Order: sequence, then C-alpha cells, then structure tokens
Amino acid sequence: MADLRSEFIGIKSPNPFWLASAPPTDKEYNVRRAFEAGWGGVVWKTLGSEGPPVVNVNGPRYGVIHGADRRVLGINNIELITDRPLEINLQEIKSVKRDYPDRALIVSLMVPCDEDSWKAILARVEETEADGVELNFGCPHGMAERGMGSAVGQVPEYIEMVTRWVKQHSRMPCIVKLTPNITDIRKPAEAAKRGGADAVSLINTINSITSVDLDDFAPEPTIDGKGTHGGYCGPAVKPIALNMVAEIARSSETAGLPISGIGGVTTWRDAAEFMALGAGNVQVCTAAMTYGFKVVQEMISGLSDYMDRKGFASTADLVGRAVPNVTDWQYLNLNYVTKAVIDQDDCIKCGRCYAACEDTSHQAIAMSEDRTFTVKDEECVACNLCIDVCPVDCISMRELAQGETDPRTGRKVGPYANWTTHPNNPSVQAAE
Amino acid sequence: MTNSQLTPGIVPGRLSSESYCENFADHAPPLDAQEARIAADRCFFCHDAPCTEACPTEIDIPLFIRQISTGTPEAAAKTILSRNILGGMCARVCPTETLCEGACVRMESEGNPVQIGALQRFATDTLMARQSHPFTRAAQTGKSVAVVGAGPAGLACAHRLAMKGHTVTIYDAHAKPGGLNEYGIASYKAPGNFAQAEVGWLMQIGGITLVENWMLGREGDGDLEGLLGEYDAVFLGMGLSGVNALRIEGEARDNVTPATEFIAELRQASDLATLPIGRDVVVIGGGMTAVDAAVQSKLLGAENVTIVYRRSRAEMPASDHEQHHALDAGVRIIEHAAPVAVHGNGAVREVEFAYTKNGPDGLEKMEETFRLKADQCFKAIGQSLGATPEAIKLAGGKIAVDGAGRTSVSRVWAGGDCAVGGEDLTVTAVAEGRDAAEDIHLFLMGA
Repeated sequence: MADLRSEFIGIKSPNPFWLASAPPTDKEYNVRRAFEAGWGGVVWKTLGSEGPPVVNVNGPRYGVIHGADRRVLGINNIELITDRPLEINLQEIKSVKRDYPDRALIVSLMVPCDEDSWKAILARVEETEADGVELNFGCPHGMAERGMGSAVGQVPEYIEMVTRWVKQHSRMPCIVKLTPNITDIRKPAEAAKRGGADAVSLINTINSITSVDLDDFAPEPTIDGKGTHGGYCGPAVKPIALNMVAEIARSSETAGLPISGIGGVTTWRDAAEFMALGAGNVQVCTAAMTYGFKVVQEMISGLSDYMDRKGFASTADLVGRAVPNVTDWQYLNLNYVTKAVIDQDDCIKCGRCYAACEDTSHQAIAMSEDRTFTVKDEECVACNLCIDVCPVDCISMRELAQGETDPRTGRKVGPYANWTTHPNNPSVQAAE
Repeated sequence: MTNSQLTPGIVPGRLSSESYCENFADHAPPLDAQEARIAADRCFFCHDAPCTEACPTEIDIPLFIRQISTGTPEAAAKTILSRNILGGMCARVCPTETLCEGACVRMESEGNPVQIGALQRFATDTLMARQSHPFTRAAQTGKSVAVVGAGPAGLACAHRLAMKGHTVTIYDAHAKPGGLNEYGIASYKAPGNFAQAEVGWLMQIGGITLVENWMLGREGDGDLEGLLGEYDAVFLGMGLSGVNALRIEGEARDNVTPATEFIAELRQASDLATLPIGRDVVVIGGGMTAVDAAVQSKLLGAENVTIVYRRSRAEMPASDHEQHHALDAGVRIIEHAAPVAVHGNGAVREVEFAYTKNGPDGLEKMEETFRLKADQCFKAIGQSLGATPEAIKLAGGKIAVDGAGRTSVSRVWAGGDCAVGGEDLTVTAVAEGRDAAEDIHLFLMGA
C-alpha cells in the first residue's frame, strides 16, 4: 500500500481525495458519513453571509446526460449555495473538525463583493478551526446574477481584490475556485496569485442546458415549464478541466501555484491524470452523487496500486509529472510519422474503422471481399480515428524509424523538426 | 387430476393446470424498454453488416437497432417490416444463432451476440401493439393475382402485391391462415395466438381476400387452369403436405404418427390438459420439427422422451441451440441410430434401432440393435410435396423455379417450402414470397 498522505498548502489529509463543495458536503450528517467512508477531506458547501438564507427552487434542481445504460455521464444543477442558517453550518463544521482532526476541512465562501462582508464571515469561520477557506468565484447560476460566484470569477480584478481581503483578514490558507466560463483560464489564476491566494481549485461547473423536453419545448431541468442554464459537471467535463489545469500548471506566470483539480474525477485514474497535470490533490462531487461515498475506496486502492507499480514514494512524485510534456502545437515534432496497423487476429471485422476512414477521413483502409481490413500506408495520415472508433482496440500506431520512407509522402523520416522552422511557416520566411 | 407422469400408456392430464401454463408460456419473454436499450447499445453499427448479410430477408439490422436505441421502436419496426412483413414471427422463430446472431461480430469478440431476435421482437411488438400498419397501398392497378397457401411465402407475396396496388386472393387448405406459423411451430415460441394476430395485422394493407378450406386440385375447389383463367398471375406457396415414411417393418402400428400432426394438434388445442401424451415417447429425426415435437411431449408430461437421429449431433439440421433447448427440457438425444422396426401388438410398444456408422458408400446400419420403449412414436424425417398440377415441372421433389421464383408454367410463380432452394425456414419463405411478388409486379406492369 503506497503512502497516499497528502499535504496541500500545508493542509494534511490521509489521501488526496476531497469532496468538493456541493450538495454532498452541505451538512454534518453527510460529512461525517464521508469521513467514515474514507474521504481525505471535505470542502464544506458554500456559506453565504449572515442573514436570511438563500432559497432554492422546489422543483428539479438537477439535469442529466445519460449513456445507454442510464450511466450518468454529466449532471447539471441549478442549486444555490447552502440554504441553511450560517450559525448552524458553523457549529456543525466545528463539531466535525473536532472529531476528525486528521481530515482536511475547508469552508467554501461566497459573500457580497465588499470588504466588510468578507471580513465578517472570515472571523466566524476561523472560530470553527477549519483548515482553510475556498472562495467560490465559480458558481455560474443564481448567485452570479447577484454579483457573486462567477460574476466575480469572470473579472480578474475582482478576484485579486477579494483574495487580497481574505488574506488580509484571515490567517487561514486560501484556495480560489475558478470558473471555466471564461476565455483564458490563466487570467483569473494569475489574478488569484497576485491577490495572495495559496492555491486555485478548478474547474467549477460549466454553463449548460442538458436537454430540451421535445413535448413541452422547455430546457431541462424544467421548473413549471421554464428552465435556466445550470452548472455542468461529471465525467463529461473532465477533458475541459484537464486542459485548464494543465494551462495553469505550465504557464510561467502561475507555475508552482498549487492546484486542486476538479472536474469529472470518477476513478483513481482520473485523479492520477489530474495530478500528473499538476493538481496537488483532487476534489470529487458527481461520482459521489452518482454512486455514494463508497467510491473513494476504489480511488484509494487504485491510486495506491498505481503508485506501487510506479515506485512512487508519495503523491508528490506523481504531481506535475506530465506537465513538461504539455506543449504548444508549434513545438510538436512534424517528423514523427506513424501508420495505423490492424491486428488481424484481434479484429472482429465490424468495419467501423473502414466506414470512418472511407466516409470521413483519408480513404486509407481497404476492405476485402471476406471483410479483411488493412491499412493503406500510402494514404494513412495517422489521424487516429480508426483507433478511436475501434470497439475492440485492435488497431495501434507504428512509428516509422528515422530514415524510413513514408509511403504517403515518399519522403524519408527526418530528425525532430517543428512548425517554427517549417518552410511553409510564413513567419519563418518573414524572418529570412 | 388422476394421471401423472408415471401413468402408463397415452393419457391426458399428466400435469397440474399451472404446469401446463408454465410449460407453454413464452419461452423467450420479451425485452422491456430498458433491456432493449441496453441490448441495443451493444450493437456496433457495423459497416456493411454481417448480420444483414446473414439474414435471408436482408433486414438492415444495424439501422433498426439504432432506431431502437434512439427511442423510435416504431421506425425500427418499419425498417424490419419493409424487408420482412412477418418480422414479428421471424423474431420468435428464426434460428438466429445460425443466421444474424451467428454472424454478429460480437461472436468474434466475446462469443455473445447482440440479441437481434429479441430486439426485432421488441420493435415489431411495439408497433403491432398499436395496431398501426406502416404501409399503404399504391393506386389500384386493376391486376389480380391468386396466391395458393396462406403460409409465410404466400402472405409475404400477397402483402407485397397488395402494396403495389394489385388485388390478391389467397387460397388456403386449412381452416385458418398462417401455414406453419399457425400449425407447425412449437406453441411456446409464439403464444398468445400470435400467428393469427399477425395475419390480421398484415391484412390491414387492404386488397387481399382470404379463401379458407380451399385446396388446389381438390374436387369442387379449383385447379391451376381455373386460376390462370381468372387471375393475371398465380403464386404457389402451399408448402409440403406429405410426410416422409420410415419405410420399416411395423410402421403402420397405432400411435406411430407424423410429428407435424402432433404439433398441429397441440397448437390448435384449446385445453392442453385434454391432450393425451405417452409416458414413453420416441421421436425419429434431427430437425426442428423433431425438437419441437420432443420438447412439447416433455412439456405435456411425458416421462421419457428420446430423439433418435441416424447421424451425429453435429450433422443434425436442428441447430446446437435447438439441441440444447431439447436437452435442457429433459429430452434425451441418441445419435448414430436408425430405426429398423416398430414392435408392438396393435399399437407401438417398442421401436428398434440399429447403430450406424459412416461407410464408403455413405451411412451404414450396423448389426447391433437396441430397443426403446414407446407409447408414441413421432416421425420427423422430413416432409414432401403433395400433389401438384401436372404442368408444373419439379426438381428434386420440389417445384422448379428460377431466381425470381418463376416456374416452368407461364404466369405461375412459386416460393417457400414447396419450391426448390431455401432452407425451409419461415424467413426464407418470406424472402421468396416477397421477391416473387416483385417479379410478378414487373411482369404485370409490362416491364
């Protein structure tokens, strides 16, 4: 069993799996169950200012995208921050933290954009002895219209300002949670860093409509015939989240800024991928909402086995390991030539590679009378589509060695060379 | 109930009434919507799909499965029925393991095909449950066609012709239409009077008149010449009415009967508890008829049911799946044994078999014989063509036809079991009837 202990911005937890600020962490009852199930940490569902609590809709607050077997691929929600009184949340936080001192307990916050509001709530949170705060600058629905959540997260200057207040008025570590509903994720991350954030967490949910009821002509989830955009999360958003995490991890402006990775983490493998791209730990919500808290057990055993296999002494050995390999397109080796190869023993002759290549790609797969499918090297551009659509994974890429002739171009494979030096690159010519 | 499985002789009521219901219930219960969605998701939507290739009616299987997976089972049904108007029955009785499902590429990957038959049933049942008929008739052509036989070939031919705007009269020798679907298929494969429901649904196309209890060439009914005088074209799809004889000593003893008769009687029985069955039943043959007769004997409460086939199990016309169905029902299968005599005093008491081996001149009976106790012996060694009009040329005991189903007589087509070719399956009969209709249409429209 590998050592999964994690230390993230000074906050210790027995493993890097935290529950994200969301419905599963809205109250003591759930959080205690989560800790009993083995979660390393919890980000308590976002607290708002003192005063009358927010109200939620009383109809459906979640929409969903299903696979054929009703497997949950993505969920969106129009739920707001906690709708329970502040005082009760604070009491519960204190009580849970006292009983689970070894677990990370972070409190998510969202209050109006004025210094006094932040100052007031921070003082209350400190009393709970929670390990840190997470600033919810990401929530895309309901609160944003009131000048909070993603309304702040979409304006880097606000992020910086609020983060600075938080660091000024609190000794607690501060994580800034980022919204993906922006053009360049690096800008808010840089702003958080400038404001003194100890870390960023991302992604919050993505603006979305999951589906449309084709009888009532209303977006879903539907409340009395109407619907509104909600925040999308779950396995479907993972690729978007991975890219945003990597963008921050590899940017020189934000390099070294700790990242808590969020977005569709469902298995140990998802978690390991986020960590390899620079996340110091991960936060999970949809997987728990779909399967219950027990899923963390698979994450723990899976990551542990993987680390043992790799000989990683701690999660720090994994974190950021793939970051140096994330680059810009222009630096990709244009002399890396591969050809698809179909393993005839494993091929089940479904012909999907053929249909995909023939109809939508480069007509590089031949089909014989007896349904034998073979790659035409002279046509294959190695696009990978055949591999992507093959249902049995019987196609692989063969790398052509340097000096070998590419039957498609008739040229010999040369040494590494990228777009920056390519003769077709106008900027290269301009420099001449 | 006074009788049991152990009651000697041929008696009814060997089982409790619940047992009859249970035994003859739908042997492959339909998929519900969720099961169908999951089953449909397993289809890879193959290019130029091998399943379609393997289907005698060439149903576009990947398309109809995709239509199911997108929540449009009625569109799926139309895809099926446009190629195979008896797609509902075929979904129940096709030996899919040797046709579409046998060709499914999932067999290659995991030995477990997409449930094409069950999905086809899901789609067609959904459509038929609404009593909606997805096809409409073309404008009337003024041409008329006589179809002889209301079995799968005749029905498929009649429907396609009616759709093209021709006026069709179907003549059938039985009291009910459906042919083997009504009289020749194991009860548990199409329960709930499905065969009649399907014919009724098919007739919704309009333009088809059904004449029952009419046999070609029978005194007082009519002959081919008469039909040719009255109609513009004739399609013969009367199936095989003869039963091959064992040609062994004692064959004429009582209770040695064609398996097809037993199956037909069972299908028409309103109360299975009144149907007598032997304690010891022997079925001779190796095809689906043998399996259907044997399994149903067992389900009626026979204690010992044995199928005896002269060649190896691998050579049995009944598929491996069918054989296992019989074995699971408790039927014993003896291979490499040929009947030599029926013993008994008036009625059969024992059937004697000789072991067989493959010799240089084919199958040889060996010296050694054995006897099986039998209160009833069902013959299922094949059927033959009944009387046919003299003018019609035969080939190998069946009506000779060309690729389009044309017989040696002008304006006469044939298809289904009575015609050369095909595998004597419902689905091949449908394909032949349909294709003959297309050719008849071309002929009638003066192409």
